[in-house]
Amino acid sequence: MRLPGTSPRYRLSPWSTPALVVIAVAITFLVTSGPILLAGANPIAAYAEFVVIPLTSRFTLLEVLVSATPILFTGAAVAIAFRAGYWNIGAEGQLLLGATAAAGVGAAVGDLPAIVALPAMLAAGALAGASWALLPALLRVRFGIDEVVTTLLLNPVALLLVTGLLHGPWRDPVTGFPESPRIAASAEFPALIDRSRLHLGFVIGLIVIAIAWYVIARTPAGLRLRAVGLSPHGARFAGISVSRTLIVAALASGAVAGLAGVSEVAGIQHRLTSGLSPGYGYTGIVVATLGTLAMPGVILAALFLGDLTVGASTAARSLGIPSQLGAVVQGVLLLTVVALLALRRGRSTRPADTGPAGAEPADDESAPVEEPVA
Amino acid sequence: MAGVPGSALALELRGITKRFGDLVANRSVDFDVVGGEVHALLGENGAGKTTVMRIAYGLTHADSGAILVGGRHVPIRSPRDAIAAGIGMVTQHFSLVGPMTVAENLALGRSTGLRLDLAAARRRAAQAAERFGIRVDPDARVADLSVGEQQRVEILKALARDCRVLILDEPTAVLVPGEIEVLFATLRSLVGEGMSVVFISHKLAEVRAISTRVSVLRHGQMVGTVAGATDERELARMMVGRPMIGVERSAASEVPGEAAPVLRIVDLRLDGPHGRPSLEDVSLDVRGGEILGVAGVSGNGQTELVAALSGMRRPVAGSVSVDGVDLTGADPRRMTAARVGRIPEDRHASLIPGLSVAYNLVMERLDDFRRGGRIDERAIQANADELIARFHIRASPDDPVATLSGGNIQKVLLARVLSRDPRVLVVSQPTRGLDVGATEYVRSQLLARRADGAAVLLVSEDLDELLALADRLIVLYEGRVVGEMAAGDADREQLGMLMAGRGRNP
Repeated sequence: MRLPGTSPRYRLSPWSTPALVVIAVAITFLVTSGPILLAGANPIAAYAEFVVIPLTSRFTLLEVLVSATPILFTGAAVAIAFRAGYWNIGAEGQLLLGATAAAGVGAAVGDLPAIVALPAMLAAGALAGASWALLPALLRVRFGIDEVVTTLLLNPVALLLVTGLLHGPWRDPVTGFPESPRIAASAEFPALIDRSRLHLGFVIGLIVIAIAWYVIARTPAGLRLRAVGLSPHGARFAGISVSRTLIVAALASGAVAGLAGVSEVAGIQHRLTSGLSPGYGYTGIVVATLGTLAMPGVILAALFLGDLTVGASTAARSLGIPSQLGAVVQGVLLLTVVALLALRRGRSTRPADTGPAGAEPADDESAPVEEPVA
Repeated sequence: MAGVPGSALALELRGITKRFGDLVANRSVDFDVVGGEVHALLGENGAGKTTVMRIAYGLTHADSGAILVGGRHVPIRSPRDAIAAGIGMVTQHFSLVGPMTVAENLALGRSTGLRLDLAAARRRAAQAAERFGIRVDPDARVADLSVGEQQRVEILKALARDCRVLILDEPTAVLVPGEIEVLFATLRSLVGEGMSVVFISHKLAEVRAISTRVSVLRHGQMVGTVAGATDERELARMMVGRPMIGVERSAASEVPGEAAPVLRIVDLRLDGPHGRPSLEDVSLDVRGGEILGVAGVSGNGQTELVAALSGMRRPVAGSVSVDGVDLTGADPRRMTAARVGRIPEDRHASLIPGLSVAYNLVMERLDDFRRGGRIDERAIQANADELIARFHIRASPDDPVATLSGGNIQKVLLARVLSRDPRVLVVSQPTRGLDVGATEYVRSQLLARRADGAAVLLVSEDLDELLALADRLIVLYEGRVVGEMAAGDADREQLGMLMAGRGRNP
C-alpha cells in the first residue's frame, strides 16, 4: 500500500551516523574489557591509557598524528573504492608498491632539489599503487572476477616483491641488512614541528582527503561514482559507464594507497624495509568503515585509531599488558561498526522492498559489465 | 473437516488501528474470513488494504486491535508467528531467492532440520501442479521466471507451509486474462478443500468473479461487507464514494500518424535462458503520433524487448533504428542521445533510489548541469523544482527516491524522460501498482506525447489500458509477434487466445 507522500517504504533510522559510531565505541569497550581483565589490568584504567593518556603530553600527541598519517591515506583509498561499490581489499599491496617506487626514485634523485624530488616521488608512488590496482579492476569489469579475492591475493605478492628486492638487488651493500639504500636528503619529507617525527605526509594526507571529498561531493564524476556505488543497474540505465567508473575508482584508490607508502618511506623510514607497514592497508578498511566512507569521517577515524595505537603501546609499558590488545580493540571495533551498520540498514528498509527476485540481474555485484571498456 | 462457507472463523481481525505518523492507515478495522471462502478486500490504492493484511501476517504491527485464529487470540509479532498459526501471504514484492531453483526456494520455506529435502520439495511441487493446477518447473532458476511464474512459486511456498488462510495482495496485477483464469481456478480448488483465501484487489470484475464475500475499505475504514455477487456499480460506489470514471480515448486517435515509421525494429533476436531465444525475429514499426501497444503474458519477451530498446541488452541479430539512424546494440547513453525515452517496468532499478529526486532527474544528462568542473547544484535544484511542479511529484528535491511512494517514483522517471522531449517513448507497465489518480495522470501524459508526435511503444499486461491507449496492438508470445491488429478492431477474446499461444489456424 502506498500512503500518499509519507509512505514508510524507507524510513531513515533515528540513529544518526555519529551516534552509531559512539555506540560502537561503547560496545567495543564493553566487549574488550574481558580480554583486558584476563590480562590482569583494570579495564577503566586501560581505556584511559588507550584513549586519554596519549592526548595529554606533547610527545604522545604528536605521535598520535604520526600514527594517523599512513591510515589517513589508506582510509581515504578504501573509502573512495567502497563508495563506488568496488571492494578494494588490496590497499596493503598498493601501499607497498608505492613505497617501493618512492624508495627507488628517492634514492635516484640524488642532487635534485626537494621541489623536484618530492613531486617525482609522490607521482611515482601514486602511479605504482594505481598500476598494482589495475589488473584486478580489469578482471572485474571484463570477466566479472570478484575483486575482493584478487586484490587481497595481490597483497602477499607485493610483500614478496619487496622482500625479493631487499634480499637481492637492493640489499644494503654496507651493512648487508635487507634494507634499500637510504633516500636522498632532498627526498625526505621535512618535519612539521621540531623535535618530533610529525612530517609533511600528514599535511599531504589531509590535502588528498580534501581533494577526494571535493571530487566525490561536488563534481559530476563524483556523483557518477556515488550513483554506481548505490545502484550499478540504475547508473548504467542512466547512461553512466559502470566499467569506466569502477576502473577509475580502483586506480584512484590504488594511487592514494600508494601515497601512503611514499609517506612512510619519505617521512619515517627513509628507505624501503619489509616491515614498513604493519598492515596499514588493512587498517584502512577499519578507518574507512568507521568513518562511514565519508572523508571527514575518515579523518576522525584515523585520528582515533592513531590514538589507540599510541595508547596501546604506552599501556603495554605502564600496565604491563600485551600491546596486541590495541589490535584486539581495533578488530572488535570494526566488527561492531559493521554489525551496527547492517542492523541500521535492516531497520531502515523493510524486507518487502526487495522487489521480485531476479528483477535486476545486472545488479549482481560481480557480474561482468555489459559494455565496452573505454 | 468443515469446508462450507459460514463455518468456523478461520481468521478474525478486531478493531485494527494503525498510524504512520499523522496518517491513519487503518481505523478500527474489523475483518473475518471463514473456511472455504474467498473473501475479497476491495479498495482503492491507499485505502489501507495491504496494511491491514500485513498486520495479519506480522509484517507490520497494529497500534491497537486483536487477531484471532480459529476463535483464539494469537499474538502475531512476525511472519513466523503467522505461519505457525496457518496464515500465508503472497505480497506484491516477492520474497524469493533469485539465484536458487524453485525446488530450493520451496525447501527453504519449510526447512525443519539441518537437511535440505530437495526431493520432497520437488515432489510437493509436482503434487501441487496436479491438485491445484499450479504449474512451475521445479528445476528452473527463480530469477529466470516471469513475474507470473514467481507468483505461483510464492503460492506453492505458502501451501508447503500448510497454510489454512492464504492472503494474496493484488495477485492479478502481474497477470493477464489467461493467467488470471488459471489463478482463479487454483483459488477455487483451494477453497474447495476448506482453505480460506483473502483476495486484495481494486478490480471490480475480478472481485465479483471470484469472491464469496467482499469487504470494502475506504480511507482506512471498513465501509461494509457484502455478498460477492453484489452489483458492480454498488461495489464501485462503496469503494470510491463516487461513480468510477474510465479512461476515454480521445477522438483524435483516429488521425493517422506520420507516414514514415520513427521507430523501426527488424528481425530482432535476443538470447534468453536455457539456450532459447527470448526474442525471435521481432519486427515492428511505430509511426510518430502513434501508440503501439504490446500485449502478452509476462515472460514472453516484453522485458527483453524493452531492455533492448533501453540499451541494456544487446541483440544477437536484427536491427533497431530511429528516424533511419541505426541504433542496433547502442548503449543507454546513445539511446537517450537519440531521443529514446525509456520507462521500464522496474522503476526502482531504473533510478538510483539512494540518491535524491533532484539528482535522479538529471542523471541522464549530468554534463548539462555543470559549472566549470563542478556540479551546478543551483541549476539542478531549479530543474527539480520545475519538474516537481510540472509533474505533480509529491516530494521535495532532496528526498531520496527510495523514500517515495510507487506513484511518485514513477512520476520521477516520467519527468526525467519527458523533460527531454523524446522522439520515441518506450514504456512498460506504466501504471502497475499506481492508484487511480496517478494512473490517469500517467496515461494522460502518454497521450499528450502521442499528440506531440512521439512514437510510443507501450508494453502492458493490462488489456484495458492497451485498448484505451493504443492505436495498434501486437501480441508477443514466446518471443515472437503472433498477432497484429488495429486497437479499434481488437476483441478481447481473440487477444486472449493469441496471448495464450492459440492463434487462429495458419
